[in-house]
Amino acid sequence: MTDPARSQRIRDQLQPRRLRPSVFWRLAEDIPPRLYWRLVTLSILFPLAVWGLVTWVGAVDPTFLPSPGQVVQAAIRLGRSGELWQDTWASVGRIGVGFTLSALVAIPVGLLMGSFASVRALLEPLFGLMRYMPAPAFIPLLILYQGVGEAPKVTLIFIGTFFFNALMVMDTVKFVPKELIETTYMLGGNRVATVMQVIFPHVLPGVLDACRINLAAAWQLVIVAELVAATEGLGRRISLAGRFLRTDEIFVGIIVIGLIGLGLDLLFQYLVRLTCPWADAK
Amino acid sequence: MFLQVRQLSKHFPTKRGTLVALEDINFSVAAGEFVCAVGASGSGKSTLLRQIAGLDQPTCGGVWIDGQRVTGPGADRGIVFQHYSLYPWMTVQENVEFGLKLHGIPPRVRREQAQYYLEVVGLTAFAQALPRQLSGGMKQRVAIARALAAEPRILLLDEPFGALDLHTRETMHEFMVQLWQRTRLTVFMITHDVEEAVFLANRILALSAHPGRICREMQVELPDRSLGVMAIKRHPAFHDYRDELVRLLRQQGRADAPTPALVA
Ligand SMILES: Nc1ncnc2c1ncn2[C@@H]1O[C@H](COP(=O)(O)OP(=O)(O)OP(=O)(O)O)[C@@H](O)[C@H]1O
Ligand SMILES: [Mg+2]
Repeated sequence: MTDPARSQRIRDQLQPRRLRPSVFWRLAEDIPPRLYWRLVTLSILFPLAVWGLVTWVGAVDPTFLPSPGQVVQAAIRLGRSGELWQDTWASVGRIGVGFTLSALVAIPVGLLMGSFASVRALLEPLFGLMRYMPAPAFIPLLILYQGVGEAPKVTLIFIGTFFFNALMVMDTVKFVPKELIETTYMLGGNRVATVMQVIFPHVLPGVLDACRINLAAAWQLVIVAELVAATEGLGRRISLAGRFLRTDEIFVGIIVIGLIGLGLDLLFQYLVRLTCPWADAK
Repeated sequence: MFLQVRQLSKHFPTKRGTLVALEDINFSVAAGEFVCAVGASGSGKSTLLRQIAGLDQPTCGGVWIDGQRVTGPGADRGIVFQHYSLYPWMTVQENVEFGLKLHGIPPRVRREQAQYYLEVVGLTAFAQALPRQLSGGMKQRVAIARALAAEPRILLLDEPFGALDLHTRETMHEFMVQLWQRTRLTVFMITHDVEEAVFLANRILALSAHPGRICREMQVELPDRSLGVMAIKRHPAFHDYRDELVRLLRQQGRADAPTPALVA
């Protein structure tokens, strides 16, 4: 039943709530580029400024929290002596080998799992379980099996990233429209051609994205492995510095790890844009 | 007869029993004919097309093309779907060439063939564009060119213009008429748009839902379609066909009614 009084009541209640225009609080919309870059700069400079200020006033004992200046000096010192490069190279090398192997095996396996329900049924339960086993828990076993050289560290990165890589690649295949696969069949494509020439190119941006995300896990693992047993590497540098209370060197290690991680992240993003311009959101 | 569908039924097992999507479908399409199947949503149109395409196997009966039984998908039938019809990472030209590439046809021949069909669909200027740079109507024209490039003997269309706005759709209808007159293709098209069916088809099959059956076959006699959509749509016969079909589909009731007929 229409009741003018009720309609009016509801209208009165609804009216005052208008969406005010905003530049900062735009839901799911871009902000102006200038605002964007200002916020980005702020997000970097603000923590640095707080850090500098805290150490400058002397609120914390410099043994525990070195100033930005001290950290830069430590970085220069480690850079001059060559230790920094040696350590960085050792860690990056381990990740390079371990993660490349992991991706090289995981991408085809994940692609097959995504494409064929049979392969998925065969491997998904196992992989789903393995994924939840924390890789560092395997370190004692790996040392037992492979000694303390490079092999256990590479293996650790491999098993720590392989299952995630494979399962995430598998998931990307879900987004291939069935119509595209069926169109390929109708054009005369067989299964091999469909997987290689349609499914793979379609999921490539998703695969690179999965690698980018899992690369972060690889960094965690290499540092953990080096903290436990290594003669060189950024993790090793950090644990050694900790033993001698050289907090400035710990900071150098942590910051270098962060920067390299960020660099690799950006590299992968660039790679996606370079190889798959069609997938670019903008 | 070129395409023959005989005693075709398709059942889907569901949690609540067997869903009869298609029951005892019989019809044929002669070479060079343009046949449309119309029906409400859920009447089994796509299911029927998939059986003809060989993407799915019928429960009973079968499909024959030129006397050969269809057992699977194949390049003798070109298909165009409503959505996601193009490979997004390939240029328009590469999309059109792709079917030939799958068959190992040398690049030079592929290129000539693609160029020819891009010219047919009027998209030569967009050969190097990516699909996402095209409008919806252009995408569907590329999809048609890609299907044609493999020189199929019949073109199967599943609501190819269903996602387009009215104006683009009418443009596409006139395009289809020109294409058909130029190539004398055999076309089997599925649509829920009654006017589209009347404008394009020589013959219309009306499908009822649950179970999906052909409830009416209708020969369409209209003046030359190349007069254009506007002229044809003003023709009294056009209205008669349309009203007849609309009445028929209304009678069938809502195909997506809450309780579809299930056979235990
Ligand atoms: N793979 C399937 N499994 C179970 N039921 C299905 C399957 N495919 C189709 N159906 C059912 O068969 C009936 C016909 O479906 P179909 O997609 O052919 O209808 P349609 O006429 O193409 O409808 P629309 O106009 O919405 O595309 C529907 O009730 C649908 O739910
Ligand atoms: Mg359909």
